[in-house]
Amino acid sequence: MNLSILLILPLAFSLILLFVKGQKQVRSVALTAAVAQLGLSIVLLFKFLAERAKCNSAFLFESNYTWFKQLHINYHVGVDGISVSMILLTAFVVLAGILVSWNQEKLYKEFFFLLVFLSMGAYGFFISLDVFTMFFFLEVAVIPKFLLIGIWGSGKKEYSAMKLALMLMAGSALVFVGLTGLYYNAKGAVSFDLVQLSLHPFAPAVQKMFFPFAFIGFGIFTALFPFHTWVPDGHSSAPTAASMFLAGISMKLGGYGCLRVAAYLMPDAAHYYSTIIIVLASIAILYGAFATMMQTDLKYINAYSSVSHTAFVILGIAMMTKTSINGAVMQMISHGLMTALFFAVIGMIYERTHTRQVAQLGGLLKVMPFISSVFVIVGLCSLGLPGMSGFVAEMTVFMGSWERAGTFYHVATIIAAASIVVTAVYILRAVGSAIMGPMNNNDHLQLTDAAWNEKTAAVLLLVGILVMGLAPFWLNDLINPGTEVIMQKIGMIK
Amino acid sequence: MQQELLLTVIIFILLFLKLGADNIDSKKLMTLVNVLLAINLAAGFFFNQSGSLFGDMFYTDHLLRLEKSILNLGVLIISLQSVNWLSKHQHAVEFYLLMLSTLLGMYFMISSHNILMFYVGLELASIPLAAMANFDLDKKRSSEAAMKYIMSSAFASGLLLFGISIMYGVTGTLSYEGLREVASDSPLFLFSFILLIAGFGFKISAVPFHLWTADVYEGSPIAVTSYMSVISKGSMIFVMASVLFHVFDKIFFTWYNLLAVLAVLSMIIGNLFALRQQNLKRFLAFSSISQVGFILIGMTSANPQGATSVIYFVLIYIFSNLAAFGVLSLVSTEKGKETIDEFKGFYKTNPALTWILAIALFSLAGIPPTAGFFGKFFLILAGASKNNYVLITIAALNMVISMYYYLRIIKAMFMDANDNPIEKVEISLSPKIAFVTCVAGIVITGLVSGVYDYIFSLVR
Repeated sequence: MNLSILLILPLAFSLILLFVKGQKQVRSVALTAAVAQLGLSIVLLFKFLAERAKCNSAFLFESNYTWFKQLHINYHVGVDGISVSMILLTAFVVLAGILVSWNQEKLYKEFFFLLVFLSMGAYGFFISLDVFTMFFFLEVAVIPKFLLIGIWGSGKKEYSAMKLALMLMAGSALVFVGLTGLYYNAKGAVSFDLVQLSLHPFAPAVQKMFFPFAFIGFGIFTALFPFHTWVPDGHSSAPTAASMFLAGISMKLGGYGCLRVAAYLMPDAAHYYSTIIIVLASIAILYGAFATMMQTDLKYINAYSSVSHTAFVILGIAMMTKTSINGAVMQMISHGLMTALFFAVIGMIYERTHTRQVAQLGGLLKVMPFISSVFVIVGLCSLGLPGMSGFVAEMTVFMGSWERAGTFYHVATIIAAASIVVTAVYILRAVGSAIMGPMNNNDHLQLTDAAWNEKTAAVLLLVGILVMGLAPFWLNDLINPGTEVIMQKIGMIK
Repeated sequence: MQQELLLTVIIFILLFLKLGADNIDSKKLMTLVNVLLAINLAAGFFFNQSGSLFGDMFYTDHLLRLEKSILNLGVLIISLQSVNWLSKHQHAVEFYLLMLSTLLGMYFMISSHNILMFYVGLELASIPLAAMANFDLDKKRSSEAAMKYIMSSAFASGLLLFGISIMYGVTGTLSYEGLREVASDSPLFLFSFILLIAGFGFKISAVPFHLWTADVYEGSPIAVTSYMSVISKGSMIFVMASVLFHVFDKIFFTWYNLLAVLAVLSMIIGNLFALRQQNLKRFLAFSSISQVGFILIGMTSANPQGATSVIYFVLIYIFSNLAAFGVLSLVSTEKGKETIDEFKGFYKTNPALTWILAIALFSLAGIPPTAGFFGKFFLILAGASKNNYVLITIAALNMVISMYYYLRIIKAMFMDANDNPIEKVEISLSPKIAFVTCVAGIVITGLVSGVYDYIFSLVR
């Protein structure tokens, strides 16, 4: 299968969007694009599984073209299990995002154009095996986010949009320095090619110098403490679909980059710095959880809890055992689905009640049973109820972390696990006062329940959450060979 | 030499036209000039000679021919964009005479193989420019700009000449070949070399030689501002690259540090000043100072990769900066508005122009998939070949600062509310062609690697 279709398809659709007139036409083209992407990624999944049974190379469906010959820059794409799962996640979230913004009226053409264009950036990032193209797509995704938040957002949108764009650009500037360092220090094989770089043993001093650049750079994308401040503002000001994309996919770009570029290419330095990273991740987990308790706005609640939840990804990577890295990847998928659904539901509530303050809501279960039930389910998933994706992913991270011997690592694991209690407090409190309880506002009695598009979006993501929660071995089988390759590289150091 | 001859022919045609007829229809005239420039541009690709003339004073090869074609392309775009402004002006012919004379000067400058020849070309390139800066005849600011430009330009030329004469005193030769042989780090030679760099610095407005830039840019008519910031600067950068790389390559370690300091200063100070500008012309002036900082970083590499990146970036810079200036020129000529606040809500009334300006600014900021991303990436990558990662980190972080002010304009156009935004501006045919060229250039030059490969294959 030619992976470039994953790029050409969204690009072609986004260009078609420019020439289509009328809201109905535009949104149906966008929906077609999203459905086609989902179909394509499911086809990719099955082809990938079939192909992998036959041969066992690290990356499948590779194609490699020279791009800038003199600079040794190639267009090199290929996928392993981790990227396939990420691509699936992207397709799910984009489709759901387009469905919930079905009634977008303000500048609808530009809105859908940017969403589809953004999805191209994400696909391109996940299929890249050349760190230059990876970096290219990482940056491609920044400006559409800026525009989406700034034009269609709410609250202090300009401020949030600018903050997000600048912090993400700072992240990619650091990544850039890190990549340049790797490029010139790959003596004899100056290259940006991930596969070639991974074969090259970098001197520990070089790794120690450039690992922080790459890790912090990608870390900013995934809300590494203390560079997480763009997350609450950005997420809460963004329109629903953009929040879903930001939290669901964009933060995963960072986690994927930390794993695939920073830890994989510079294993020595990853070991060297792992204590610091674990401390930062533990702080983020606890700080995020406690900060969420203080929030009264539903979107801020989910945004801060995202800071706490994505820190599990960082923790899993930094613990560097096979299980913990598996857990980190699972947590990325799980959090992507869960938080996208959470934002979608919050968006639906906000659209009807025009408020996101928990105190002003109440008794919503009576008037909109569907939306409220989804809210409860996704809340339970977030606090790690068994049977849903959150439990599987977090449990795997904890198990993997505990495998790492040493008091320090055990203490960090206990701290991380303890945060679940705090999560339960804020989730149950939000559910209790916003969904259940008495009606605080009698105007809310006239509200309608979800429309077909919203139901479809919610069901789509719910299916993902439940499948992952009830049959985690499928996902585990998918990503396992991929993490094994990474582990081999990291394990050699010990 | 053919390119120079052809340009001279065009200048003479204009001169005779001016002498022969009292009132020329300026619209027709401009069409004629644009066609001639386009022919000159196309012809540039067929002239394939290389070699030297006039006792090794003049030298040309494929790379220099390409550099001249790049400048010619820029002039053509400017000429297409300024149709609206010039057709109201009664001295259109003189404007072209002056502009093409400076272009001819730049051609000679690029092709010089002797410092004196370079100096002559430089003077031909800068004196008519002062007259051009004064071309808004009824505006006081315009003559102020011209005065400032001629003063600082004369001062820079003086420094250059001083440097050249000391250099001659030390080495007894002025030809590039000769200088290359005898270049050494003896104190007097270095002193003259630093004077030379200062002269270069003035022309490309690198900090600390930048003080004239903002006022001159703001006062001059927009066509002239864009000419100064793109063509005049670009030609000087071409010359600087080839002189540093091929004449003074023996004292690389001296100018490496010099350029690194100039680059860091230009980026930081250009950025900090650009943050606070309200007038878009002034804003672009400061942003172009910081762009020069990035170019200097690429130049510190002193290898073919660096030379290619510099030329490549200048080409991209021509497209992106001229697209930005083009929008500004249209709006300023038609509606007389030039400040960021007045551009608020621009997207509501002028979506097409807004997107063009946005793409141009994205390219200047270095955001993919525009060509500016590739240009800046390759410049910094080339600079990193000397393993000076402090310099590279400073450059990378400066890109973030510059993001802020470019996004500020995007924010004003797309997001800020405004009760009476600038009304719809009609785009006539010539500017349309110019915009299409610029936007196509911004998209294609980066994504299609052929351009970079082509330049690389020509670099010595």
